[in-house]
Amino acid sequence: MTTNALTSKSSTSGRAGDKIFSGAALGAGVLILITLFAVAVFLLIQALPTFMADPADISGGAGFLSYIWPIVVGTVIAAAIALLIATPVGLGVALFISHFAPRRIAGPLGYVIDLLAAIPSVIYGAWGYMVLAPALVPGYDWLARNLGFIPIFEGPASQTGKTMLTAGIVLAVMVLPIITSLSREIFLQTPKLHEEAALALGATRWEMITTAVLPFARPGIISATMLGLGRALGETMAVALVLSTGNLIPSLIKSGNQTIAAEIALNFPEAFGLRLAELIAAGLVLFLITLVVNMIARAIIARHKEFSGAN
Amino acid sequence: MAKRIDVNDLNVYYSKFRAVEGVSINIEPKSVTAFIGPSGCGKSTFLRTLNRMHEVIPGGRVEGEVLLDGDNLYGPGVDPVTVRSQIGMVFQRPNPFPTMSIKDNVLAGVKLNGKKISKSDADALVEKSLRGANLWNEVKDRLDKPGSGLSGGQQQRLCIARTIAVKPDVILMDEPCSALDPISTLAIEDLINELKNDYTVVIVTHNMQQAARVSDRTAFFNIAGTGKPGKLIEFNDTATIFSNPEQKATEDYVSGRFG
Ligand SMILES: Nc1ncnc2c1ncn2[C@@H]1O[C@H](COP(=O)(O)OP(=O)(O)OP(=O)(O)O)[C@@H](O)[C@H]1O
Ligand SMILES: [Mg+2]
Repeated sequence: MTTNALTSKSSTSGRAGDKIFSGAALGAGVLILITLFAVAVFLLIQALPTFMADPADISGGAGFLSYIWPIVVGTVIAAAIALLIATPVGLGVALFISHFAPRRIAGPLGYVIDLLAAIPSVIYGAWGYMVLAPALVPGYDWLARNLGFIPIFEGPASQTGKTMLTAGIVLAVMVLPIITSLSREIFLQTPKLHEEAALALGATRWEMITTAVLPFARPGIISATMLGLGRALGETMAVALVLSTGNLIPSLIKSGNQTIAAEIALNFPEAFGLRLAELIAAGLVLFLITLVVNMIARAIIARHKEFSGAN
Repeated sequence: MAKRIDVNDLNVYYSKFRAVEGVSINIEPKSVTAFIGPSGCGKSTFLRTLNRMHEVIPGGRVEGEVLLDGDNLYGPGVDPVTVRSQIGMVFQRPNPFPTMSIKDNVLAGVKLNGKKISKSDADALVEKSLRGANLWNEVKDRLDKPGSGLSGGQQQRLCIARTIAVKPDVILMDEPCSALDPISTLAIEDLINELKNDYTVVIVTHNMQQAARVSDRTAFFNIAGTGKPGKLIEFNDTATIFSNPEQKATEDYVSGRFG
């Protein structure tokens, strides 16, 4: 026999599973890329009239750029407030559940937080509109009186509480469960080996967390934050309900400002023709913001690859 | 440096299950003590009670006394964190911190408790500890590379360097060579021989030759059956344990006639 015994058989039955799986994985990957690409192309084509129109015909009468940049800034501010609040709180709660709480409490607490992630955004919006916004008014008055010299707290404060800061806080509450449950999962996966290594060196529990848990969880924390950011950037209903919109202003406690997603949601039903193209162009911009943010996050994660422990 | 350990009638539990029963043992300073015995007899469990690592496991608790130069580790008001910084531990599987460089790994324990250390002191300590772990020559050109890029044997010596950098009185080692090749094993054994000039060393091993090569005194642990607690059967000079043990069980075990 001249055939190599090692070449036989293995290419047929035993490998079928491998082939199907890698085919399916490849197919799924390609499908996602095609979908993303199709969305981008759709947005681009539909938005095209905006870029060709006479600047005077665009809302505001001064061209697309001056229409879009205030709501881009508004979007970024709302998302930034949300993350600024939700990330530290979310990580704190996740650490509490994974490393501090007694098991009896940790289980139910984690479950409740997972449930919070499933609440539809309208509910959060309604809560923000009816409960949170009025409740925050005295606080805003206080801020305007005592810290009013800082532009972001300039008064007079809104008397409905429907402000950018309220919107940011509602968004924070919405993204909190995402950040918490994802980072909790990651904290729980910290190898016992490394936790014990830290403890055996004489680390306190907190030092064990900073030497073993947080560095291990770092890429996961970034991913969790990015997912939270994605929700905060794209959230429509809550912001539309909670924010009394207006022009871009620095103060976060007066009514005013607008986000892209809410702008689209509020105006889409009645829009046609050029206005529709405008809103779709705004959607395209939101798409790009999300893309850029995710690429930055990837880059941050990749920069530390050598030290990730994957090797 | 190098303190003695005296254990009085120690019982060790995992929740309700008593894993180790009634151990009393005296470990001399500046010596190497080996723990041997069949799998599951509680060697690791007992070793971990000597620096209060046992209580890290949920449900883990002890009854009895462990005295470090006369001070009870389990006395009221004793902080396990202080205990662990004086009694270091090397684990079965090398566990350098994967996100840290070699240098930062060595300094990891030193930088705890918010301690600041000047750069020159840090460099000197890194070199001294790595030399102490016989690793300096192999890694001196790549101190800023991740510790997880080293071979298993090198990683284990890095863990030893990390342990001796905090200047403990005692070093506990749980099967430190079981994941290593024979050459790396010899390197660690040589190192243990040097460590006993400065430290009290306690090592768990499944390798009889290793116990015979490195230890001054040997403790043999055994269990009567599954679900029964492990006990200290015999504790004596290593030469005696291997050539002329008092107990039949010890003789059976060291001669390989153990079931
Ligand atoms: N985390 C744990 N929870 C409950 N029981 C445990 C735990 N770890 C160990 N045990 C039990 O305690 C007993 C002693 O285990 P231990 O790991 O100390 O044995 P050992 O002598 O180190 O064994 P080996 O030589 O295999 O490492 C065993 O019965 C084991 O099942
Ligand atoms: Mg063991």
